Amino acid sequence: MTALPTRKAEAWRYADLAALEQLWPLAEPEAITVSAGGDYTRAILNTGGVIRITLTIEAKASATIHVLNASATYARVEIEATLHEGADFTLGGVQIAGGTQTAEIVATVRHIAPDATSRQILRSIAGGTATASVLGKVYVAKGADGTDGQQSMRAMLLDRTATANARPELEIHADDVQCAHGCAIGELDANGLFYLAARGIEPSRAKALMLQAFIAEGLDGAEDNLLAHAQAALEAVL
Amino acid sequence: MTMLTSMLAIENLHASVADKPILKGLNLTINAGEVHAIMGPNGAGKSTTGYVLGGRPGYEVTEGSATFNGQDLFALEPHERAASGLFLGFQYPVEIPGVSNLQFLREALNSQRKFHDLPPLSGGEFIKLAKEKAGLLKMDMDMLKRPVNVGFSGGEKKRAEMVQMGILDPKLAILDETDSGLDIDALRICGEGINAIMRKPDKAVLLITHYQRLLDYVKPDFVHVLAGGRIVKSGGPELALELEEAGYEGVA
Repeated sequence: MTALPTRKAEAWRYADLAALEQLWPLAEPEAITVSAGGDYTRAILNTGGVIRITLTIEAKASATIHVLNASATYARVEIEATLHEGADFTLGGVQIAGGTQTAEIVATVRHIAPDATSRQILRSIAGGTATASVLGKVYVAKGADGTDGQQSMRAMLLDRTATANARPELEIHADDVQCAHGCAIGELDANGLFYLAARGIEPSRAKALMLQAFIAEGLDGAEDNLLAHAQAALEAVL
Repeated sequence: MTMLTSMLAIENLHASVADKPILKGLNLTINAGEVHAIMGPNGAGKSTTGYVLGGRPGYEVTEGSATFNGQDLFALEPHERAASGLFLGFQYPVEIPGVSNLQFLREALNSQRKFHDLPPLSGGEFIKLAKEKAGLLKMDMDMLKRPVNVGFSGGEKKRAEMVQMGILDPKLAILDETDSGLDIDALRICGEGINAIMRKPDKAVLLITHYQRLLDYVKPDFVHVLAGGRIVKSGGPELALELEEAGYEGVA
């Protein structure tokens, strides 16, 4: 891609194009191959800019990537994972955006051979006039029977002026496939906040507790450094 | 001679929910060492009384006052009321997915301690306290490791609330239909828990209930009938029995 994308391109629909222009042209995606039977984990902390990774997971190999998009003008992470026979892939992603920030995770998981499993657990928090978007696609090729591909996308809006986009997408060409996707955008539960207050917990702390719980699944098993950054980013948006 | 300050003094309280008047001149005084029960038909304003005193958003005080240990209760935020020693037991305890009971309770206790400029309890001290109070309510510590109220039965939720009360050690407990949804055994356990935690000379309890049955375990000193947003009759424990027999219409 040489020309700056426009909003007509689906994958860039919610991008901060002004910020992107400053970063253009982007470097080629980082290519990673997890060889057959191997095991790979990666933590990505994006405090600004575009990070792109192309991941090939060979037969019976497994990979786990945790992403934290936080505290940046524009933070975008693109992951494209290709799964061979019996491979396993977990993408856990959290984005915390406040002020005028834009954060986005664009993930494509391609099941090209039988019996591979994948799950995407993506959680967004947006406050102020920030925009947090998640575009996640599961592609299952013809013949990739026994595929199990899960997607869970949830977003929490801290202010009515913030925006969250979540777009799960499935493209399935095989027959014997299990693909589930769930997607929800909401606000902090007022009853829950009052319950915490009624036990003596001050409002900002009550919100932090509920938001920590909200993102926990996305960062389950992530390294401590990422968790500490998530904590700091949460406090910054409250 | 010094004036004795009552623990809770409610005077001419009027309150509305969504601009609809619910409480219309409620008067009630509770002193340390006393157990009061408010009974009344559906829609009388029982739950509203608890929520207004606890400070739930949307429950608007339009007239009157409430003084809690000499302080203007309505000048305090909900978390400050709790830290000042007011415990509101919920008819429907709220589920908080992802936050364990232990984390929630430790956070709550240490928030209240911070309010009083006390140092936080260490993890070990807290677990010891939690074990003791959970034991009092016959609640398994494993349940306290689970998320707050998530997947708990009605009875478990109410017992968990009593464990919270034991740990937070309030001055005044306002318990809104703690007996609803309880079977006989859970009712007895909760009743005994309330007595063990709150039947003390420096504490007081306000039970809000439809039925006499909780009062068999937690004997009230005073019983009030709430109807149409005000207290229409007050008496001793015998009033609850009268109500049980004659119904609210027969008595109030």
